Amino acid sequence: MILDAFLVRAALAGVGVALAAAPLGCFVVWRRMAYFGDATAHAAILGVALALALSWSVFLGALLVALAMAATVSGLGHRGLAMDTLLGVLAHSALAVGLVAASFLSGVRVDLMAYLFGEILAVGWADLAVIWGGVALVLVLFLWRWPALLMATLNGDLARAAGVDPRREQMVLTLALAVVVAVAIKVVGVLLIGALLVIPAATARPFSRTPEGMALLAAGVGVFSALAGLAAAFRFDTPTGPTMVCVAAACFALSAVAGGIRRGAAGARG
Amino acid sequence: MSLIRVEGVSVRQGGARVLHDVSLSVERGEIVTIVGPNGSGKSTLLKTLIGALRPESGRVVRAEGLRIGYVPQTLHIDPTLPITVARFLGLPVRIAHARAAEALSRAGLPDVGGQQMSELSGGQFQRVLLARALLETPDLLLLDEATQGLDQRGSASFYRQIEEVRREMGCGILMVSHELHVVMSASDRVICLNGHVCCEGRPEVVASAPEYRALFGTGTEGALALYRHEHDHSHDHSHGHPHDHGLAHGRDGTQDGARGREAAE
Repeated sequence: MILDAFLVRAALAGVGVALAAAPLGCFVVWRRMAYFGDATAHAAILGVALALALSWSVFLGALLVALAMAATVSGLGHRGLAMDTLLGVLAHSALAVGLVAASFLSGVRVDLMAYLFGEILAVGWADLAVIWGGVALVLVLFLWRWPALLMATLNGDLARAAGVDPRREQMVLTLALAVVVAVAIKVVGVLLIGALLVIPAATARPFSRTPEGMALLAAGVGVFSALAGLAAAFRFDTPTGPTMVCVAAACFALSAVAGGIRRGAAGARG
Repeated sequence: MSLIRVEGVSVRQGGARVLHDVSLSVERGEIVTIVGPNGSGKSTLLKTLIGALRPESGRVVRAEGLRIGYVPQTLHIDPTLPITVARFLGLPVRIAHARAAEALSRAGLPDVGGQQMSELSGGQFQRVLLARALLETPDLLLLDEATQGLDQRGSASFYRQIEEVRREMGCGILMVSHELHVVMSASDRVICLNGHVCCEGRPEVVASAPEYRALFGTGTEGALALYRHEHDHSHDHSHGHPHDHGLAHGRDGTQDGARGREAAE
């Protein structure tokens, strides 16, 4: 029964994170923010180190640093600095500082792998409550802001003309990103969160005709990857987080091939 | 009372002053066009009118309850974002299918609601943007180089649609354009902008103003020559498409765009 309980917790954690990551991942893809997502996730390791040093909850530390990182990048991005350079500097610096800071903490060195690559099998009921709390928050945020977020993503001026403030929507996305990063650390670790955001959305694209359809399909792909990855990891004794990402990557490869065939067929007809 | 009145507006963008002491107004039922070289602040002015930019000084006075329809410069929709025309029109507030179809037909399109935005041609895409702006039956329609990327035929046909919209809905129209010859023939009033208002008035008056000539020249490349050319009716292309010229004649001494069009067809 003990075996069952930790597997159930792991499955619930994976499904939750996949559900929250799907709509966010769509916006990350549509707005070309993939690197932004990575940067925020990498910065979270600094939050983990801080949280361990100050005996805070790891979730809270990661959330705060991810928020600070996302806000910094959003803020600096408006001042005309080259975005990819800025992200490259901040993301890797934050990761490096986080790793160095963690090395000062005694007894943490072993644990660090768990935060870099996730340790979903170690998710406890308390962790699960935090994860699903975050997931619920993100899903409510998306349901509430969905049309405005879409409008702001399509075109800033058009959004303003329709009474939507694109900067506010950017902040909503920033908040959602920080929350997803914080809850996903235990599941896939900071290095692979970006994969969880981008791969399901990219997989869903060729088969979607509306933004909502793409988000739902991405959620399906994400949930399948989480569950199949968990099962495969258990069966083959592989690390769980990376195995989930491998399943998602395989789904993407299939989707890309199938999408290519469909386009080819449409092209031949047209 | 004017639909919108701009009084002594100055706008700064990124430290540089883009607009300086600009004043203008648009009345119901008139087509006003803003011309000006690149970087003269045309788009900045429109963005100030929709409230996206705040003036540093001066003020923008809107008629009470003014509804503005805004057609942006060609809009780039990322190819990773799947969206149908109907869904695009129904953002941020979902609308009934019939309303979408009506707006599309006003913009001169069949019911393409089920198509992907990415499948539309350039001309169709701009008309969908126009349909979007017409959804709220605006009092004032703002167009920011709405025919950019369209060929001459496409843009002439687009401007004809604008005149039709004006006739049907009676709204005021303020547009920014690069295509001087089309503008000259389609507008009631032209405002020549270069950071400030250089000159303003009926198209033929502006075209002969020294400030305008200084900006656009008077030689064969000048708009004045093009404008006259259309009235001379001396086109040397053999396959002559009469609809391209209907527009020019529509403005020929009358406010009614329809007469010229009928004569041309």
